[in-house]
Amino acid sequence: MDANGRESMSYLEVLKLAAPETILVITVLVVLAADLVALADLELRFRMIIGAMISCIGCVLAIGWMLALPQQAQLLGGIFVVDPLNQLVKIALLVLTILTVLLSIDSHFSAHAGEYFALVLLATVGMLFLVSSTDVLMIFVSLELTSLSLYVLTAFNKQDVQSAEAALKYFLFGGMAAAFTLFGLSLLYGLSGSTNLERIAAAISGPSLDPLLILALVMTVVGFAFKVAAAPFHLWAPDVYQGAPPPSAALIASGSKVAGFFVLARVMALGFRGAEGSGAWHNYLPGWVPLLAILAGVSMVLGNFAAIVQTSVRRLLAYSAIAHGGYMLLAVMASDGMGIPSLLYYVITYGLTTLGAFGVVAVVQQQTGGDRLTDFAGLSRRSPVLAACMMVFLLSLAGIPPLAGFFGKFYIFSELLRSGAGMGLLWLVILAIGLSAVSLYYYLQVLKQVFVVSAPPDAKPQPSAAVTQQVVLAMVALAVVALGCLPEWLIERVNDAIKLAKL
Amino acid sequence: MSILAWTIYVSFAGAAVLLFLPRTNAQLARAVGLFTALAGFVCALAGAVRFEPGTIQTVTRAAWIPSLGIEYYLAVDGISVTLVLLTGLAAIAGVLFSWNIEERANEFFAFYLALIGGVYGVFLSFDVFLLFVFYEIAIIPKYFIIAIWGSTRRDYGAMKLALYSFAGSAMVLIGLIAAYVLAGGRTMNLVELSKVSFPHGFQMWAFPLVFVGFAILAGLWPFHTWAPTGHVAAPTAASMLLAGVVMKLGAYGCLRVAMTLFPQGLDPWGWHMLGLGSWRDVLSLLAVIGIVYGAMVALVQRDFKFVIGYSSVSHMGFVLLGLLTLNRIGMSGAVLQMFSHGVIAGLLFAVVGRMVYDRTHTRELADLEAMHLGRVIPFAAVTFTIASIASMGLPGFSGFVAELQVLIGAWEAFPTFAVVTGFGILVGVAYTLRALQKAFFGEHEAVAVAAPAGNGGSHVEIKPISTPERIGAVLLMGASLVIGLYPRLLLDLIGPSLGSVLFDGLRRGGKF
Repeated sequence: MDANGRESMSYLEVLKLAAPETILVITVLVVLAADLVALADLELRFRMIIGAMISCIGCVLAIGWMLALPQQAQLLGGIFVVDPLNQLVKIALLVLTILTVLLSIDSHFSAHAGEYFALVLLATVGMLFLVSSTDVLMIFVSLELTSLSLYVLTAFNKQDVQSAEAALKYFLFGGMAAAFTLFGLSLLYGLSGSTNLERIAAAISGPSLDPLLILALVMTVVGFAFKVAAAPFHLWAPDVYQGAPPPSAALIASGSKVAGFFVLARVMALGFRGAEGSGAWHNYLPGWVPLLAILAGVSMVLGNFAAIVQTSVRRLLAYSAIAHGGYMLLAVMASDGMGIPSLLYYVITYGLTTLGAFGVVAVVQQQTGGDRLTDFAGLSRRSPVLAACMMVFLLSLAGIPPLAGFFGKFYIFSELLRSGAGMGLLWLVILAIGLSAVSLYYYLQVLKQVFVVSAPPDAKPQPSAAVTQQVVLAMVALAVVALGCLPEWLIERVNDAIKLAKL
Repeated sequence: MSILAWTIYVSFAGAAVLLFLPRTNAQLARAVGLFTALAGFVCALAGAVRFEPGTIQTVTRAAWIPSLGIEYYLAVDGISVTLVLLTGLAAIAGVLFSWNIEERANEFFAFYLALIGGVYGVFLSFDVFLLFVFYEIAIIPKYFIIAIWGSTRRDYGAMKLALYSFAGSAMVLIGLIAAYVLAGGRTMNLVELSKVSFPHGFQMWAFPLVFVGFAILAGLWPFHTWAPTGHVAAPTAASMLLAGVVMKLGAYGCLRVAMTLFPQGLDPWGWHMLGLGSWRDVLSLLAVIGIVYGAMVALVQRDFKFVIGYSSVSHMGFVLLGLLTLNRIGMSGAVLQMFSHGVIAGLLFAVVGRMVYDRTHTRELADLEAMHLGRVIPFAAVTFTIASIASMGLPGFSGFVAELQVLIGAWEAFPTFAVVTGFGILVGVAYTLRALQKAFFGEHEAVAVAAPAGNGGSHVEIKPISTPERIGAVLLMGASLVIGLYPRLLLDLIGPSLGSVLFDGLRRGGKF
């Protein structure tokens, strides 16, 4: 304790707490240095492999550190929190990053290998800090670090004008959303005198909602809704998913969703505790639960119906991501953080599935030059492994058992109804299940091309996909099947982490 | 009893093995398919022989997702055993009648066996979540089998079938999740949940939702339109399986889940509208409409396969009507009709699809009339005659026993509907005889019909009926005949199981 009664920590202890992030930052520097200094003359594929290996080693070291030395501590009143739940999410984020890096080995959209991996790792560092914080200022800074890295990653394909357009849209929308977020958070500071989520909650709780609090709530939710691509703040998603180079899109679709939803859940459950309100059909009370209910409803409806008419598979995946964001918002709405296990299960398995789907799209795009539905024709003939993986990923997204997507949805819906709001939110669950049934149509459209339609006779013979990609995608597919058939493994981990974190 | 679980595992294992076989070796694929189907049936028979009627015997029970109270719980009662036996028979017959598939044969049999595995799973599950999982697993192979190997309008037929099935299961899922949460969220065990007394108001909307959700797959009018389109579009083995077994999945779900968990949903509302006073009245009216409507539409079809497709809708109406009679004899008839129609529909589709269409490449009754198939492929004619006799419900075959029981039960419960159903049976005779006569025993001589194979002459090259087809036909005809002559083989399984603890809720209402 120092003179002001605050706990003081030496820098060494701080570094030990933030070791995973530090390891990653060092890896960034090593990758950049190695590429610029030592490898500049080698061919692209070799540089990508070396860069990928260094990045993977860094991520694996970070995961290993967290598994070997689990810690629990708080820094400076919640600016940096390390607890088992955070570490679980961080490990998931690092796994998704490793998979993204492995899937980008064979891409040749850019000659800047070192910078590419550096940005991927920096985005990950931002996400790691994002999930470790219960202080709004730190959350904002980490959000910016992540977003800026992702904007640049989106623009990385200098030969494709769609990439630049997507990045510009992402950046402009993101900038505006960041402004909303900051404005909302600053209003929260004004209302409570603190930037720590728990102290904010204590300060703003009261019998009725202060109008200024409503404003702060709406602004904050708008800012976060942009990040997780919830309608009607989703407008960046289709262009980014379509235009960005496939590995960047994969990271945005998987990693940033995991981090975004976790932090949204944390801010809502911790920071706005007491302002929940009720979204029950007969029992409306103002608060953030009905607000999220509306966002979820609009996302599900818009995402599912817009995906039906898409001809580009990546845009289809974007709209489906918006719809899935709606389902995940349902998990956030479960009171007292009871939805956290279901949210984490869903978002982690969703991250794996989307990553896999983008991996397959990347391969097809390399082979045929496009991502139209027709480019997938006959995939089961030329790459049976990839076709099987795509079937696993798309059926999991559709919610077909025994895959992870089905159990995730079941878990979210039942946890939502079991939580405080109870059967009052049944209307939202009915909407979600109904729209989930609609989604089968467009996923089957893609699978129809893959399995039913034969490739056009004038198609040029395609080189088969690289072995690394096939192996990685097969492993991800197996993981999706395993997590779906035996979900208890992941659920137990999450529940244990929550129990330990509360102590 | 754990041998019964092997029906599921063997089927999925067979499917997995088939995926690794070379694409070009159709012979090997067929052999693996047949072996797996036989193995499954042998396991089913072994389990049936060891089963004690009147009990619920556990096959396998293991904790699966303890955090949610979901178990991997497989068990059987008499009804399950009957339907598992049906699945085994249908599987073998389906493989035999697909012996001529050459293109992508390994994938065909892989999807087929995956479908069979899912169906076995539904009939064996006593944990409602597990039942739902297997129920949905069965949807995807159906889509691919129809979309890849089907015929008329296969894209449309496959997608319609998949979406209708998925929509039905979405309705079921809503009811299931609500019931699970209301029961405390601790268990999904069917027996435990059947003892939970859900609020009356809840049962009043959950019952029709879940019942109709399952009944969509059973071909309840007016949600039946996927069935004729889907059956016509599907390749022979798929049609046999769809009409024979998969539609029974829906009816089984109605019985096992909707009626077991929400028995009060059948209670009178206390007010009447157009003479209907309860969901039971509404749904039995829809079933009767389905019987008569299906029969009358079948009477005017020009496409042979559509006749059989609509006849399936009509026969499934008997199943649903029997379930709703809520007396022992009616419900016993319903389950027996599930078995009987499964076998007979398989036979009918086998003749239409494999024996006739694959040879003549036409299903138009007008064209077939000129081909005198009765003389060219007499085995097919005999098979279809016997299948028609069974389908019309003549004594000696299983259809008679089943429909008789349903009629007696309906007479006790709703006499008016029984009379209308009798009329439906008459129309059934009409469309069956019309199809039989036109397809095989046409007497129009020297009608100038263009030979579909374009040979230029009035004679089409028709191969004789092959051995696998003969074996399959004899198998199915034999099953129907055996049960028709000695129905106690199955009735002794079904009857006592209606007295089990699962039906307490229905009994409490004083119904049976």
